[in-house]
Amino acid sequence: MQLDSLYQEIILDHYRSPHHSGLAEPYDVEVHHVNPSCGDEVTLRVELDGDVVTAVTHDSVGCSISQASTSVMSDLVIGKPVADGMATYEKFLELMQGRGNVEPDEEVLEDGVAFAGVAQFPARVKCALLGWSAWRDATAQALATKEGVHNA
Amino acid sequence: MTTTRTTFSSPLDLQSVRADFPILSRELAGGFPLVYLDSANSSQKPRQVVQAIEDHYLIHNANVARAMHQLGAEATAAYEGGRDKVAAFIGATNSDEIVFTKNASEALNLAAHTLGASLKPGDEVVITEMEHHSNIVPWQLACERTGATLKWFGVTDEGRLDLSNIEELITERTKVVALTWVSNALGTINPITEIAAKAHAVGATVVVDASQAVPQLRVDVSTLGADLLAFTGHKVTGPTGVGVLWGRYDLLASLPPFLGGGEMIEIVRMTGSTYAPPPARFEAGTPPIAQAVGLGAALDYLSGIGMDKIAAHEHAITAYALKGLKTVPGVTILGPAEAVDRGGAISFELDGVHPHDVATVLDTRGIAVRAGHHCARPVHERFGVQSSTRASFYLYTTPEEIDALVDGLGFVRSFFKVA
Repeated sequence: MQLDSLYQEIILDHYRSPHHSGLAEPYDVEVHHVNPSCGDEVTLRVELDGDVVTAVTHDSVGCSISQASTSVMSDLVIGKPVADGMATYEKFLELMQGRGNVEPDEEVLEDGVAFAGVAQFPARVKCALLGWSAWRDATAQALATKEGVHNA
Repeated sequence: MTTTRTTFSSPLDLQSVRADFPILSRELAGGFPLVYLDSANSSQKPRQVVQAIEDHYLIHNANVARAMHQLGAEATAAYEGGRDKVAAFIGATNSDEIVFTKNASEALNLAAHTLGASLKPGDEVVITEMEHHSNIVPWQLACERTGATLKWFGVTDEGRLDLSNIEELITERTKVVALTWVSNALGTINPITEIAAKAHAVGATVVVDASQAVPQLRVDVSTLGADLLAFTGHKVTGPTGVGVLWGRYDLLASLPPFLGGGEMIEIVRMTGSTYAPPPARFEAGTPPIAQAVGLGAALDYLSGIGMDKIAAHEHAITAYALKGLKTVPGVTILGPAEAVDRGGAISFELDGVHPHDVATVLDTRGIAVRAGHHCARPVHERFGVQSSTRASFYLYTTPEEIDALVDGLGFVRSFFKVA
């Protein structure tokens, strides 16, 4: 097992100084997600303007992989339409579930390609997905709320 | 591996013990020999246990109790033989005091459910902050169902039970006191007999989670003070899928059924049923037959080596590991830092590196530890940490394996540049 392929410098950099860390106002929805098996926790806030993600902030406790992944995810989705973020997630998920056989798309995943090595550590895939699952949940709730307002 | 760094002496012939466990001579990725330090999670299995299970399935297999043929009689004798071995191993006077369950969690749920049937508002259940989730959640559920109140002992900074308020906690309102004998997270060995005496003085029933105690201590339920005691097979070198609830017979006989189904009944009528006496009352459906046979073989194996020797080895290796861990800069041990009233599970933090990352890096060197909250989130919260790394030992653990752990932690520190 290649430790250096798991812990790429980019991951360690994001771990040491995570982007968009610290919960900020204003926000539409706040969620709290956990990995019950290992105890990693993330509180994450999302703000949308129409269908564009204007802000993602988080406060998390967990390992280097989960913290760095949440940091990279925030970079990838902020300022983009929700649909683009969801498409990026699909690419990232495909990479994580690919057992090392999926060639990462750097155009889409940017710093996220650094997580390619995680796919070879099955026990750590869920760490890399924690922040993403929190963002998807918060965003879906924010869209549903706005939809509700729209229809009212 | 390096030679042992401080003196170490064990009554066990480790080389001959390890020869019984083929998995321990496995190589892992990168050519590293397995260093298995996760026995509090699940122990490895000796050949003798696997052989007994194989013999059962290949030669004696049939359902128990209800099969009217020779194989059925053999399977029944083997299953009941497992019960007799468990009874003898823990000092129970009567094999009918042994209920087979699927694991310790089910045993504790059985206790909480059946004792819970007579709880009512105003009654109190007392547990501790160092319990495994299996000895917290069933009591929370029982209290929610009945309106009883849940209370708990706190934990001191040293990782001992805080007994300073025992008089306020255990009162005439207390109906159940449920606690762990040996903490799976802190390693603490609790004074069961002393606490049980207080509980019995107010008429409360004492439930002991012995999941980490039965593997490493000599157990005698006739003097312990417990009224019910739970443990699991897979932590005592036995198979998964079988657990045990021991109970005083008169107590078991007073409890209502848990699960309904075959074998737990006396007479079933459409208008209502009557129930079998213990232990059958609590064993609905086809039980874990081969697993009970395997558990019996495991207890024979441990008895053959000698539980006093195993306990002495566990103590020696724990003391050796505590010493070794203290040489690693940045290590903070959760729980008692000396090997006094302490079992062989050591949870620790390594400053600057998250436990999952510690475990992953150690794993790439063949060292298997556990990282997380070890199903004991409240006690981690008590110490203000989200998770920890845990190394745990058993009769086959060598001082060289502890040295590998200590060296591995040094490597973790340099890899994450905290050295």
